[in-house]
Amino acid sequence: MLVPVEWLKDYVELDEGTDIDGFCEKMIMSGSNIETCQVIGEDYDKVLVGKVVKRERHPDADKLSVCKVDVGEEELLQIVCGAPNVEEGMLVPVALHGGRIPGPFHGQPKHEGGEKIKKSKLRGIESQGMICSCGELGFDDKVVPVAHREGIWILPDDLEIGTPIEEAMGIKGNAIVDFEITPNRPDCLSMVGMAREAAATFDTVLTYPDTDCENAAGKDAGDYISVEIKDPDVCKRYTARIVEDVVIKQSPWWMQKRLMEAGMRPINNIVDITNFVMLEYGQPIHAFDIRQIEDSRIVVERAQDGEKFTTLDGTERTLTGDMLLIKDGKKGVAIAGVMGGMNSEIEEDTTTILVESANFSGPSVRKTSKALGLRTEASSRFEKGIDPELCKAAADRVCRLCEILGAGKVVKGEVDVYPEPVRPVTIDARVSRINGVLGTEISGDEMEKIFHRLEMDVVREGDVLKVTPPTVRMDMRIEEDCIEEVARIYGYDRLPTTLPKDSSRAAMSKIEACRRKARNVLCAMGANEIETYSFVSPLDVDKVRIDEDAWERAFVKLINPLGEENSVMRTLLMPGMLETLARNQARNIDEAMAFEIGSTFMRDLTDDEALPEESTGLSIGMYGKDIDFFTLKGMIEELLDNMGVRKDVGFIPEEGYGTYHPGRCARVVAGDREIAIMGEIHPDVAETYGLNAKCYGAEFFFDALVDMGEEQIAYKPLPKYPAMPRDIALVVDDDIPVGRLRDIILKNGGKILENVELFDIYRGEQVPEGKKSVAFALRYRDPEKTLTDEETSAVHQKVLDSLEKETGAILRDI
Amino acid sequence: MEAKIKAILEEAKEKIERASSLTDAEELRVAFLGKKGKITSILKSMGSLSPEERKILGKAANQARNEVEELIGSKIEEMKELKKKMTLAAEKVDVTEPGKKFKIGVKHPIERTIEEISDIFQSMGYSIAEGPQVESVFNAFDALNSPEDHPSRDKTDTFYITENMVLRPHTSSVQIRTLLAQEPPIKVISPGRCFRCDTPDATHSPMFHQIEGIIVDQGITMADLKGTLDSMAKEYFGSDTRTKFRPHHFPFTEPSAEMDVLCFKCGGKGCRICKGSGWIEILGCGMVHPKVLEVGDIDTEKYTGFAFGMGIERVAMLKYGIDDIRLFYENDMRFIQQFK
Repeated sequence: MLVPVEWLKDYVELDEGTDIDGFCEKMIMSGSNIETCQVIGEDYDKVLVGKVVKRERHPDADKLSVCKVDVGEEELLQIVCGAPNVEEGMLVPVALHGGRIPGPFHGQPKHEGGEKIKKSKLRGIESQGMICSCGELGFDDKVVPVAHREGIWILPDDLEIGTPIEEAMGIKGNAIVDFEITPNRPDCLSMVGMAREAAATFDTVLTYPDTDCENAAGKDAGDYISVEIKDPDVCKRYTARIVEDVVIKQSPWWMQKRLMEAGMRPINNIVDITNFVMLEYGQPIHAFDIRQIEDSRIVVERAQDGEKFTTLDGTERTLTGDMLLIKDGKKGVAIAGVMGGMNSEIEEDTTTILVESANFSGPSVRKTSKALGLRTEASSRFEKGIDPELCKAAADRVCRLCEILGAGKVVKGEVDVYPEPVRPVTIDARVSRINGVLGTEISGDEMEKIFHRLEMDVVREGDVLKVTPPTVRMDMRIEEDCIEEVARIYGYDRLPTTLPKDSSRAAMSKIEACRRKARNVLCAMGANEIETYSFVSPLDVDKVRIDEDAWERAFVKLINPLGEENSVMRTLLMPGMLETLARNQARNIDEAMAFEIGSTFMRDLTDDEALPEESTGLSIGMYGKDIDFFTLKGMIEELLDNMGVRKDVGFIPEEGYGTYHPGRCARVVAGDREIAIMGEIHPDVAETYGLNAKCYGAEFFFDALVDMGEEQIAYKPLPKYPAMPRDIALVVDDDIPVGRLRDIILKNGGKILENVELFDIYRGEQVPEGKKSVAFALRYRDPEKTLTDEETSAVHQKVLDSLEKETGAILRDI
Repeated sequence: MEAKIKAILEEAKEKIERASSLTDAEELRVAFLGKKGKITSILKSMGSLSPEERKILGKAANQARNEVEELIGSKIEEMKELKKKMTLAAEKVDVTEPGKKFKIGVKHPIERTIEEISDIFQSMGYSIAEGPQVESVFNAFDALNSPEDHPSRDKTDTFYITENMVLRPHTSSVQIRTLLAQEPPIKVISPGRCFRCDTPDATHSPMFHQIEGIIVDQGITMADLKGTLDSMAKEYFGSDTRTKFRPHHFPFTEPSAEMDVLCFKCGGKGCRICKGSGWIEILGCGMVHPKVLEVGDIDTEKYTGFAFGMGIERVAMLKYGIDDIRLFYENDMRFIQQFK
């Protein structure tokens, strides 16, 4: 919401000493946040009012003219000008040699610090300065009046030649503040609304705009028009006034300037007045040419389903039965609160206008505007909500401005249909409660003063303040609203700073503790943590070769995704991991180890309206020179050990899971519970992702890890008695898994077998074809006493016998 | 005999003097003091002398032996010292050569930030509560007092699964879950992923993270809100951090505020980071709206509370000077490795 501070000062008196920075800071602290604050007319240097005395065609360029310009100096300046609208006798802004304008030059990008003006030659003819357009003097294209849009800025005739333009046009040092208006305060989308805020902030008086017409005469408005509201549920009030003998012309500069500064383009006096009043009060106004209103009546009624109507912008629209239409005796003339009709538009020869200042319900306007795909300044204001009390004041203000501008003769009286006037609300606010919530000791008197500053009436009954806000403050409904008003006007910065007086202690959930532990352990082993999108492409599961009927395809789908590639919630983390690895590889990073802990989603197949099942997953991925299947496996083993998952952990070969190499994939289990799947990424999958090095990946059901983990750490005393080490090398058939050998050793080693460690696998010379030699280091120890050689050998022999019996393993000399 | 002793002593002295290695010194010990050493031989031959001669010469010979022993001993010490020095000299390394690589992994900056901020709140007694990312419209909007026509509910703003189910646009929905599940006193924070229909660019991401907090108890005031969040900011950004609370509007709190911190880049003078204002917006907060408390059937006369929510990416970007939000989700190892 752009607010020129000069305009605000029409309604509110600010101390002379208030500079713009101080103004902004105080407004921010009382609740009107500011996006930007721009001071205009200060970046002009040597831009004067000049008169075009003579204009000739440039001898060598059709589109250029050579002008002689009087800028109040002895000699006329010769200036070459490319604008089509330059004429002899006009007053124009002239930037002199050595001067500066904010810019940008026509058709060029804007530069910080503006543009410097220098003498130059254009097609061989000297130009001693520049005749400027509105755009070149810093006005946004969208606010430049039509008359000046296609060329230079044509100044009013009554200016003194040679005056600096910023003084002549009254734009020097004007501050324009862009306020951020929160949705609860639509009343602030107006100059009067912001003035009310400023008055409260600076504790000063608010003066309302002048609405009293001096010369309203003639018949009564009721003689020109009758108004009937047929659907009062969506039209709370309709005020109509009449202005006769209208002369359509340009508005005076002061009004054009205000509109431009507030971000609107001046059009003509009538349109400008309606826009001006809309900005002043926040009340949209529409003006009809009364010649087109048949039967002298206005009927506010819902449209017929399928009814055709052509709006001001020339588009024919098909209406539905829930859209509110303004009709005359025969036809529609405007879509209520959205846009007027082509058929009743103000034209150059319009002489009598009907001023409509009406209140339409927000939700109705929103629905209509959305359905038609037509959003206007008026519709967006109605959507946010407007106080019906404003209708009459705004209509009166339009009439008064018609008078002031000499735009027409105001007909006395109005037709004001207002079936159910808004009643002000009164809210009980307790002094004790306000202080209780804020943590303050503000007196009831001070609170009363604060409410008065906000134009709210207060009746005090003991602890209770009966607060009656003005009807425009539609956000004020409950005690908390009053607490907020006191807090912001008193000042958030003046509230004390304390800490809650409680003694609660934080507890960390098991899953959070496990996530942190896993993160720390994986990082310690060199893996970096990644974060990938929760919404993915449904094609991801194809890329990682998931079976057609697998649960991983039970997607939660988005109705309104940004694109196909983000249209379903992930059921797996591996696709995101592989994309990440591929991206890193493509960036020539020759080694990567990564993990992600995050949610996966599965649709409830029995109930479409049930929230999906969200589980926590963990993915690990890696590639690099010294990385193989067993790097990944080692990392997983260390992770499981750290997470307290130690009982019955096994790696079971898996040949059928599409993502992984069929000979290099395992399901990781703890007892009968599956914890993860891991392996080398299948070459076809790797190719799909553009991975050209071998990659390894694992995906965990992290929740299972959390369930299976035992947090208890129980200290075991360090051994007091010596260990008896026994190393063995076994020759076995190549297809016997070493895991099986290890299990046999563990099973038969009994209580005294403290540890068994595989230290070598050998195939080749001295080992027959189809066999391998597997070497284990066994460590026997009795925690209670020193083991004798005999005791150890007895157990060890049992181990060897079992190995031979179950696998045919033969002991080989090392 | 006497002359002989003298000669041997002289010889020994000279040879010891000349000895230049530990081996030389050891050999001299054998040559003079060994079983067949020259001095040993002299001492052995004393037996054949008269008692008088033996007394005189024996004394001389013993003196000579002691002297040689001492000399050789110190020579050996000297040589040992020398050898040690030579070894150390030979073991010299170029300390400017690079060290052997140890590379631990690094937590993602978002998770790091969440952990740091969670730790601060946990030290103030807040437990962690979590809620689902796919959330009911009731928990995400209705229960948070969000008007039915609020633009944030539009399909251009929030991702929908069904008409009644969304990807949560804020972690505030966990407030509702907590209020429904617990009785006061309530004191939780809730970090997590959120989603909004923003096309990714340098400052927007359709997926982002927030951390939400709520406390509901007897006698909780807006002054407590200021104190709590000011402490958090000082803990996280540094003890000289200054905060400012500005009025704002959220449907689920009243009074509502936004908290700014004094720009850490320019110290309040105004720069590109703070867009000239000297302050940077960090979070939204406020006293929990009675309508929200009523959802949890909480007696609003007896209990009050405050809530707050902040964007993790935003905070991390400010703290570390990251200029493009998309970097968080590209997961370039060189990016992540910087957040050690």
